[in-house]
Amino acid sequence: MTPILVLDDVSVKLPAGADRSHAMANVSLSLAANEILCVVGESGSGKSMTANAIMRLLPGGVAIDGGRILFEGRNLADVSEAEMRKVRGAGIAMIFQEPMTALNPLRSIGDQIGEMFEIHTDLLAGEIRTRVLALLDEVRIPDPASAIKAYPHELSGGQRQRAMIAMALALDPRVLIADEPTTALDVTTQAQILELIRDLQRRKGTAVLFITHDFGVVAEIADRVAVMSQGRVVEEGTASAVLGNPRHAYTKQLIAAVPPLKAPPPRPLSSDPILTIEHVSKTYRTGGFFGRGQRVTHAVKDVSLVLPKGGTLGIVGESGSGKSTLARCLVRLIDPESGEIRLNGRDLACLTREQMRAETRHIQMVFQDPFASLNPRRKAGEAVAQGLVVHGMPRAQALARAKELFGLVGLDPAATERYPHEFSGGQRQRIGLARALALEPDVLVADEPVSALDVSVQAQVLKLLAELRQRLGLSIVFITHDLRVAAQVCDLVAVMKSGEVVEAGPIGAVFGDPQHPYTQALLASIPGREFGLERVAEQQEG
Amino acid sequence: MEFAKLYFRSPSAVIGLLLFILVLAMAATADWLYPRDPLALAGRPLIWPFSNPRFLLGTDNSGRDIAAQIFHGARISLLIGLVATFISVMIGITIGAFAGYYGSWVDTVLMRVTEAFQTLPNFLLLLVLVAVFGSTITTVTVAIGIVSWPASARLTRAEFLSLRNREFVQAGRTLGLKDIKLIFGEILPNALPPVIVYASVVMAVAILLESALAFLKLSDPNVASWGNLIGAGRDVLRVQWYVSAIPGIAILVTVLAVSLVGQGLNDALNPRLKSR
Repeated sequence: MTPILVLDDVSVKLPAGADRSHAMANVSLSLAANEILCVVGESGSGKSMTANAIMRLLPGGVAIDGGRILFEGRNLADVSEAEMRKVRGAGIAMIFQEPMTALNPLRSIGDQIGEMFEIHTDLLAGEIRTRVLALLDEVRIPDPASAIKAYPHELSGGQRQRAMIAMALALDPRVLIADEPTTALDVTTQAQILELIRDLQRRKGTAVLFITHDFGVVAEIADRVAVMSQGRVVEEGTASAVLGNPRHAYTKQLIAAVPPLKAPPPRPLSSDPILTIEHVSKTYRTGGFFGRGQRVTHAVKDVSLVLPKGGTLGIVGESGSGKSTLARCLVRLIDPESGEIRLNGRDLACLTREQMRAETRHIQMVFQDPFASLNPRRKAGEAVAQGLVVHGMPRAQALARAKELFGLVGLDPAATERYPHEFSGGQRQRIGLARALALEPDVLVADEPVSALDVSVQAQVLKLLAELRQRLGLSIVFITHDLRVAAQVCDLVAVMKSGEVVEAGPIGAVFGDPQHPYTQALLASIPGREFGLERVAEQQEG
Repeated sequence: MEFAKLYFRSPSAVIGLLLFILVLAMAATADWLYPRDPLALAGRPLIWPFSNPRFLLGTDNSGRDIAAQIFHGARISLLIGLVATFISVMIGITIGAFAGYYGSWVDTVLMRVTEAFQTLPNFLLLLVLVAVFGSTITTVTVAIGIVSWPASARLTRAEFLSLRNREFVQAGRTLGLKDIKLIFGEILPNALPPVIVYASVVMAVAILLESALAFLKLSDPNVASWGNLIGAGRDVLRVQWYVSAIPGIAILVTVLAVSLVGQGLNDALNPRLKSR
């Protein structure tokens, strides 16, 4: 097969003062018609830069400084901007990670898709409308006739991504670049979008360059794979070869870091409950005047769960399922409306603010976003010592304790003097963990603690968490949307949907033999389900 | 250090800083260069500037040395500017912080009060305050501070609204921090940069407000302020225009300096402009 898009020894220079001199260094890739090439790598590996370099949409100060990008007999690296505009959209189309920001919020979907025809063809308004309707039908948006008039905010995330795909495929481009198109979507929606891309690609024979960080997605969709690290392609080959038999050390390490979707053998659990959640509910009311026309959202609806001493309870669900609201109710960042939250027999839900402040030392929280959860103007050590100072420890002693805690979470104790921006994402998450552990809590509530991290860093943080759990006898409530992660760390799991727990039990039982249809659908949607399982089998044998 | 580098990259910010240092130098050297009372009679009235080496900038219609009044006036203007700005920013930050952090009815009440102040033209309110409480330099300064806080309150409130739900604030709450500590220890340092930048605008306006009061002869007549000199020059504006024009230029330079410094601070503090 002759390739349609060839990157020949392409280098992209970064402005002076960046962490490395080249975003891409001597990258050579080729893409043939009717194949999906997945470019995988961690953040900062240069995979998105590859997409931007092909489209020549590089940010200011960043430029291609070597190599050729061959498409339809031309070198895109040095064609004029006017010619490039003709290629974009018509020859090579692109879909982005976040469809909400990639679509113009002030224009209707039909208008934005129609624009592709207005720019690149001489079709009349009526014909454009028919074409747009056909496209929307093709990407399987429910009710295309009303979707054509809808504005982006009126569609769901998955529908918006479908609209983006319709727009990208409007002019039958020969190459489609998909930059993390499913990362912002829920797992069930992700499965549908992946299937759609696969299906359209087969029918139209488009060449797809699919950029992702998720090896599950790669296993699901790729024909060939290129692994990038530090701006270089370290390994390239067919999907089965790279995933099944990786040769480069970096690829091996990445693949080993992907948690397999199978729970390890169950640990013995204590029968004493440490945290009991009984009939907790939280509703949000918006709009309405004296109760009329009000919209009521049941964020958490009559949830009852038990966390045994030393155990880890996973709460899994998609966005909007109420799992984060529940976590915030546990530490009283949100006041639940009804129900009891008993920690060591004491009901947290009915405490006053003042009483709760004293009780915080028994239940602590780790947050999702390592960049937002630390005060940028406070030194890391002070952030960790803060809780101790509040609960009455002298400052000097608290700072000394912070140093010890830094050691405990695997950071250099001398780093307490540094500010948060001097740490990487994984290190910041360790600081967040040290801050929560400073008060020696009985229960740790972790809200998506590894979701914002790269897969190898994620594996390290999960390992640390497991170690600490063992050493300190922690009981953990672990909130996550990632079932693979849940399978690795949790003893018990509760699946939430629309504020309700639909299924709960030991993780092996729930994941191995799901009873509720929603749990079954959730598990079936995980991309690359079998991926990683043989590895577990090998390990267990060997 | 990095901040200084960012600041000095902009030429207009450097010019502003130089002008501001010039005004500061005038204020600092006033007693040394013109040790006599600037409001005492010095010579013949209405001597034109540069015509008599004893009175470099001439004399006003009562025969007082204009140069001496300009130098001593720099002190008064800066003092009024700084103190009034401090008062106004303090009131603004406190009200904005509580309104933004607590929301709900606290926010509603505080914001209605702020709006009440904003809808009144602040010069009119200033006139009323001075008319009621008299026009000593202290009341004038405090009055200027009191009429110019609403904008900084709104600014602080907006910053608090966006910061109060950040995870680091929630983390502080889960550690058991009291509200006061969260407001002033965690959120405020992050909310401060735009307010500091805005303070330069308040300072420029405060200097102008005092001059405007003095022009109407409602400021403290017992101090040598630039505004008083302009007010005195009003009677001879058509022929001896320099009596009003010289302090006018001094005000212009000071306000310009303060605004340029403020703009420079804004550019240096705003991380999105760093790459330009």
